[in-house]
Amino acid sequence: MRPAGRSDTDSLYFTYPHFEAPNDRSGLSKPAPVAIVGAGPIGMAAALALAREGVRSVLFDAKATFNDGSRAICVARPSLHIFERIGAVTPFLDKALGWTTGRSFYRGQQILEFQMPDNGDEKYRPMYNIQQQYIEQFLWDAITQQPLIETRWQSMVIGAKDTDNAVQLEVRDPHGSYTIEADWVLAADGARSEMRKIRGLRLKGDNYEGRYVIADVQMPHDYPTIRRALFDPDCRRGATILIHRQPDNIWRIDYQLGDGEDAAEAMKESTVRQSVSAVLNEIGYDGDWDLEWWSTYSANTLALDDYRDGRVFFIGDSAHIVPIFGVRGLNNGLADAHNIAWKLAWVMQGKAGPALLDSYTPERRGATLDVFANATKSARFMTPPTRGWELIRNAVLNLALSHPFAGRLANPRQMTPYTYADSPVVCADDTQFSGGPVTGAMLPGACVGDGYLSDLLGAGFSLIVFDDDLAQNVDLPGVEIIVADAQGDVARVLAAGPHSAYLVRPDLHIAARWFKAEPAAIELGLQHAISGATS
Amino acid sequence: MTPIDVERIYEALAEKLDAVGQEKSELFLAKLALLLSHDIGDAGRVLKLIEEAGHHLDASD
Repeated sequence: MRPAGRSDTDSLYFTYPHFEAPNDRSGLSKPAPVAIVGAGPIGMAAALALAREGVRSVLFDAKATFNDGSRAICVARPSLHIFERIGAVTPFLDKALGWTTGRSFYRGQQILEFQMPDNGDEKYRPMYNIQQQYIEQFLWDAITQQPLIETRWQSMVIGAKDTDNAVQLEVRDPHGSYTIEADWVLAADGARSEMRKIRGLRLKGDNYEGRYVIADVQMPHDYPTIRRALFDPDCRRGATILIHRQPDNIWRIDYQLGDGEDAAEAMKESTVRQSVSAVLNEIGYDGDWDLEWWSTYSANTLALDDYRDGRVFFIGDSAHIVPIFGVRGLNNGLADAHNIAWKLAWVMQGKAGPALLDSYTPERRGATLDVFANATKSARFMTPPTRGWELIRNAVLNLALSHPFAGRLANPRQMTPYTYADSPVVCADDTQFSGGPVTGAMLPGACVGDGYLSDLLGAGFSLIVFDDDLAQNVDLPGVEIIVADAQGDVARVLAAGPHSAYLVRPDLHIAARWFKAEPAAIELGLQHAISGATS
Repeated sequence: MTPIDVERIYEALAEKLDAVGQEKSELFLAKLALLLSHDIGDAGRVLKLIEEAGHHLDASD
């Protein structure tokens, strides 16, 4: 919501574009290799990732502009790598605020300062804050440069029927209705997904206690980009408050409502202004501020049983809704898009077997369930659901005033990486390694010369070896072979011996690794990772 | 620990519970449990003691 007198897209700092529905009505029914429903950050990232693989897509969105409801702000390191891979990272680095530190306070006193894992091996910081509108703007700017993506705004998909070898979509826009056949469909239409309803699917899971109001305010507040969590503050006794800095002097304030607070009353502009003012007073800010926008939120852990429904794949919030405390809504959605895009492209182009597509759900739904486990812990700490959880949480906070061991329980652990351990296309880990990333994990960063290991990766699979002979003896068409120094940073980070090898997928996850690699084993590993090529 | 030590702790707990008052008793005991757990430094043993403390809360059980 916005203050009285301002429309939904009347922002203090961001100019929302206006997009017309397609005026040229010829060719609207021309079949599409891939249709993507929803041009939010996940749908746009999927379109860019497909285009990078040479696959044409048609992107539909019911709105005439970017999102004015959802408000993700935290972009994690793996997402920066995805933006880089799809050719859109530069504007993010120019605009977003990188951060590594969080501070937690109890009754006004600091009880914890934590650092997220970061070191000189990594190209990107663990987390960046940036408004969702900018995320969408930067992805859109990349899409307008990409001839393989056709976007149709104000175009609502209202039907999706299976035919023999395709899905027939029914689309309605202000000028009329039409049908279009797509070989494959990516449903990226968000938490209230129409595609999910059209396909008769339902999210399953739990709802959590605790309601929050989230508000963005603009103010020249002088505090570094550090996530602040206020537990049991004077201005809102018993509640939890989160404060994040964003670009353009915008500050995100999330505050928990008390049990007795009426939701409708809490959402009134005058009440929001009073509540925000009290929070600003608590953190010692007494200057001017403007209210930009506010909304309400409660934590859910909901997911589809299967992210695939025939030729339709669900990506992002349409497939899963996670609590905000783990900052994995947007980030996991981007990873969904990146995961399915290369797999779909490779299967469509005959470079991988069709079974590769069946690895999408176990890998990405597995990541969601992992977030549920972590975020559930965070949610229970931020917003204890019952008397028992509340008592022990309060005891921990109180003890943390004098004993740092207790304060460490307040660390939200937002950077816990996910490993595709149960994937049908990831090889069992080679137990001869005594460290380094296991198979299924994302490739960690490492310095190489003036750059980073990730700069050397190919467009498709990459093989990292430390031995020239091995590099010359493997027969892997299309695979980028990287020979790294056996004594260097890459070998250290990967815990590699002189004859080790890592096979890295296009989405930067490790498909297989061998401590003492043989060419034949590597070739078999690649076959496994692409479910056998059909041509 | 001698029986006299146990008695000293028993008395100190009783007095502290009265001193903190009914409203803060639970918080105090929860803090104490966390402190003692950290001091014991053996999660398995603490988890077993948590189970044990939950037994016979109704004396007839």
